[in-house]
Amino acid sequence: MDSTPQSTAENGGGRPPIPQDMAFEPSRFGKFMMKHGHTGFVGMEYRAHGPNWIELGLPWREDLVGDPETGVLASGPIISLLDNATSMSVWALRGGFRPQVTLDLRIDYVRAATPGKTIIAWAECYQLKTSMAFVRGIAHDGDIADPVAHAAGIFIQVDADGWSREPETKA
Amino acid sequence: MTDLANRLPPYARAMGMRIEGLLDGAPLLAMDFSDRAMGRPGYLHGGAIAGLLEIAAIMALHAELGEEDAKVRFKPVNISVEYLRGGITVETFARGEVIRAGRRIANVRAEAWQADRTKPLASCWMNFLIKPKV
Repeated sequence: MDSTPQSTAENGGGRPPIPQDMAFEPSRFGKFMMKHGHTGFVGMEYRAHGPNWIELGLPWREDLVGDPETGVLASGPIISLLDNATSMSVWALRGGFRPQVTLDLRIDYVRAATPGKTIIAWAECYQLKTSMAFVRGIAHDGDIADPVAHAAGIFIQVDADGWSREPETKA
Repeated sequence: MTDLANRLPPYARAMGMRIEGLLDGAPLLAMDFSDRAMGRPGYLHGGAIAGLLEIAAIMALHAELGEEDAKVRFKPVNISVEYLRGGITVETFARGEVIRAGRRIANVRAEAWQADRTKPLASCWMNFLIKPKV
């Protein structure tokens, strides 16, 4: 992992392609994820995983706030966290990385996140089919019995061909 | 429009979102591609697209409420995003459409696209709870 090139403005901010045969080791994948792209920007962290579930964290940060009057985080970063956690839960269940894309994702915001607190997302893949993976998740800020948001979604399993691409070059 | 631009929250600014004016009567959001928005290599992150859709929906509701906007607060109740195409590493646009703004609930839809508005990347519906400011 140490040999992966750092993203630069020159290459359009591209993060290095993920090797197709990469074994899915969530803590290692988490460290990879944290350094690059959107997940790196919002500051996601790997916390724990099990046979079909994964737990990620997102520390509160001032530039991720959605309401300056209250300091409550924007919902965008919470969706991103739940998107990644649900996505990684599929790989946890599969026992390996396979390209997939989000078909749909629904989030119910049951209460505002507490300003200053890290958001924790716990997500599981509850059905894995040939083409579709069905996932659900919970975001909370310390007590999973008092959630901030619930998520439900579906990922489509896709061919490696076309899953990633070279960034557009500047004209 | 300046007033609306002032309502863009820190998250939207950090992601490089801006208001480009009005399109068919609703605020048009634009976001340049940056590494901050990248998901799988060469594509926009689904969360970054959802974040842009949400901001477009929120700005559309601010605009729709007009003078009422100063008297109320609203918060998102839920969102459902459908992903239609992969977003590539170019500028992305989004526009919200207020379907109904009642006294307590507002129902808003939003769409995001890149070069061609008729080929959306993603769409969503969102529900908001509206409360009088105390």
